[in-house]
Amino acid sequence: MRYKLILDVKRGDFDAAGEASRKIKDILQQLGVSSKVIRKVSIAGYEGEMNLAIHSLGGKIILEVGEEELSLTIKDIGPGIDNLDLAMTAGWSTADDKVRQMGFGAGMGLFNMNKHADNFLITSKIGAGTKIVMKFSLE
Amino acid sequence: MKVSDLLEKKEFKCLNPQIGVEGVIESGYVGDLLSWVMANAGSGCAWVTIQTHVNIIAVASLLEMTCVIIPEGAEVEESALERAIIEDIPVIITNLNAYEVCKILGNAGI
Ligand SMILES: Nc1ncnc2c1ncn2[C@@H]1O[C@H](COP(=O)(O)OP(=O)(O)OP(=O)(O)O)[C@@H](O)[C@H]1O
Ligand SMILES: [Mg+2]
Repeated sequence: MRYKLILDVKRGDFDAAGEASRKIKDILQQLGVSSKVIRKVSIAGYEGEMNLAIHSLGGKIILEVGEEELSLTIKDIGPGIDNLDLAMTAGWSTADDKVRQMGFGAGMGLFNMNKHADNFLITSKIGAGTKIVMKFSLE
Repeated sequence: MKVSDLLEKKEFKCLNPQIGVEGVIESGYVGDLLSWVMANAGSGCAWVTIQTHVNIIAVASLLEMTCVIIPEGAEVEESALERAIIEDIPVIITNLNAYEVCKILGNAGI
């Protein structure tokens, strides 16, 4: 392991939003990761971060950088997702009017994460929480 | 086209010119749904959006956009401007609508 970082994301914290993704981007730049990979990680990380702020009760983003790949783990303490197939469907969203007015709630976040990560795994349990593990090859 | 070239037109005003406006606009993107923008906007673009909160700066910075253009006289939130100064993203306002902004960018060869 070359680098590990754990960042907290609070529920409803829109004004801080993007700060975890920003930190991750800065670190990957310092580590000399290619801009192509940084772009993918930034997109997936931001979507994950915003989902924590909007839909979860709070959670963590864990960045682990190895020699050949890096992983981004996004996990929260609830409420969990009832139907993962539905949640992964582009365009499906439970976002309320307030966040929709801010431009969230297109139902594209999980879809984007899946698309940009080289490997994407999501598990969720109602009452327990959601965990997403994304892997990105460093090429 | 540089941001400074766009600002020479009287219709456009930069709210945070102190950060420097020499960035090059390589392309344009229009959109208000952040996940669509996140997935599809290119780096180096001018992003036209009516969203005015701090998250637009997060998106613009993560995607390494050149500037954000807010059309139709919408008022930009103070927290967004503060963040834009930190993140080095010029925020430009105009009374034109998004289509008219794009027309100007297009005519300039973008
Ligand atoms: N961490 C989470 N905890 C609970 N529910 C979640 C979580 N992440 C996503 N969801 C559920 O899955 C749905 C789809 O998520 P997705 O990120 O794809 O879209 P969105 O957040 O609604 O909109 P967008 O990401 O386009 O702004 C959400 O509307 C929400 O119901
Ligand atoms: Mg989302």
